Amino acid sequence: MKIAIASGKGGTGKTTIATNMAVAIAREGRDVTYIDCDVEEPNGHIFLKPKIREQYDATVLVPHVDLNKCTLCGDCSAACEFNAIAVLGKTVEVFPSICHSCGGCSDVCPENAIVDIPRTIGHISHGDGMGVQFYEGRLNVGEAISPPVTKALRRLDTDSEVLIIDAPPGTSCPVIEAISGTDYVILVTEPTPFGLNDLKLAVGMVQEIGLPHGVVINRSDIGDGKTEEFCHRQNLDILMTIPFERRVAEAYSRGEMMSDVNSEYERRFWELYCSIAEKVSS
Amino acid sequence: MTELVVVSGKGGTGKTSLVGSLAALSENKVMVDCDVDAADLHLILNNRVQKTIEFIGGKGASIVNEKCTNCGICLDYCRFDAIKHESHTENGGEERYWIDKHACEGCAVCVRNCPEQAIDFNEIVSGEWYLSDTPYGPLVHARLGIAQANSGKLVSVLRKQALLLAEQRELDLILIDGPPGIGCPVIASITGTGYVLVVTEPSMSAMHDMERLLQLTAHFGIPTGICINKCDINPELSSQIEEKARKLNLPVHGRIRHDEAVTRAQLNQKSVVENGDSPAARDIRALWEGVKNAIS
Repeated sequence: MKIAIASGKGGTGKTTIATNMAVAIAREGRDVTYIDCDVEEPNGHIFLKPKIREQYDATVLVPHVDLNKCTLCGDCSAACEFNAIAVLGKTVEVFPSICHSCGGCSDVCPENAIVDIPRTIGHISHGDGMGVQFYEGRLNVGEAISPPVTKALRRLDTDSEVLIIDAPPGTSCPVIEAISGTDYVILVTEPTPFGLNDLKLAVGMVQEIGLPHGVVINRSDIGDGKTEEFCHRQNLDILMTIPFERRVAEAYSRGEMMSDVNSEYERRFWELYCSIAEKVSS
Repeated sequence: MTELVVVSGKGGTGKTSLVGSLAALSENKVMVDCDVDAADLHLILNNRVQKTIEFIGGKGASIVNEKCTNCGICLDYCRFDAIKHESHTENGGEERYWIDKHACEGCAVCVRNCPEQAIDFNEIVSGEWYLSDTPYGPLVHARLGIAQANSGKLVSVLRKQALLLAEQRELDLILIDGPPGIGCPVIASITGTGYVLVVTEPSMSAMHDMERLLQLTAHFGIPTGICINKCDINPELSSQIEEKARKLNLPVHGRIRHDEAVTRAQLNQKSVVENGDSPAARDIRALWEGVKNAIS
């Protein structure tokens, strides 16, 4: 069972829900893996406090030009849709940060002067914390293209019964990479105009790629009733509502779990998981 | 003329609420919403769209079924797992290949290698951008199509338009609401700007994310200042942020108290400083004085 936690708007509580649900599942004796796919700003480690057991590089392939073979014909730069390779004077310049690793340049080079070499753009950590298997992808600062790190994470072989995937905010390519192939997407929102606007975009996204989904309304008492109205109108399941509690916000700020301040939440997150498991299996 | 960009690393720290207030407080400016996959700034600026323009984000491949001989060569070439194959045994239909448009990155490698020239390669409309009028000045904003790529490219389009407007109308300030994260759209939002204002909050998560963002702004060598939102949620961490800023020699322009007035203003579709007096409104006014000095 693969469950992704996503949201259009940032800061609505994705990581809070993902980590609390993972721990609640683990405490029921289930084998659960948490994967932090917010590779630009991963925060799950702050809450799960994992012991990291292994770490490896996330790499992409970029072209390397052998200037002894190169005749400066320019076929490579003509083939590149991303302007990532160019013949400049008597040399060929590669711009690795905008390269999409498609292999187009090495494919068209008539002299076989281009080979693909790996370039590290981030790393992946694996460990465990609070009874949960933990994976995290982390993009190196200054790198622009994050989806390859997410792709590497999603390709991992994990035999856990439950996978919890913590997605980045937004509705564009890094999010798609994180949530594709999951069984269910939890969309986290808050009942404010910004939250609702971004929820609509997020619902459009999961509908476009055709994944079952439901909504968790966090800080459910801070705004107005329009988010609930929207969910009812669109026949979206409201899986859980979480009222604002200052002591929960304070605990969050210190990197603590919700169940640390209010033990009721362990049961509520287990029930959240059970309700999703039921929807997926039916 | 100065480009001031508000970013945060972590989402939901209050960028848009702050930019809305700065839009009300500052003069002679154009606003830009660079959070193109979840744009919210227009919701509090009472905007009227004057112009809508299609955004061509790039190109995409699509297989012409009539020409395709199901040789499968494209599948071997695609590095993005974008070529999908359905054999005739599945669901009783005919064997076919097709391209998953969400996975296709528009590299054209399949197009070139198809022996039947059966793959089309066309420009894709991947969103639209808008020029709006608001009571505070012009607003340039956009909507990236759902599940689209190339947000960085769209951000660059918006910034170019804002620059053009600023030159035409002799404006002094380009006020940019940035996206969360540190990747492609953030880099496109901050490169070449005059000043980065980082909105953080006193939580372990927001501090962690701020540190990565500060590495990024240092990497690009852009002058940077910090604003601590919801500063009283954890006063101890707020002090730690200030300590961190001191060490990095970065100014802390303001501390905004956690205040329900921020949500109330949003519900009224107004900026915080225009929705009556409140602690947060006072804090934001004080903050703007500091930022104004820093960018002038």
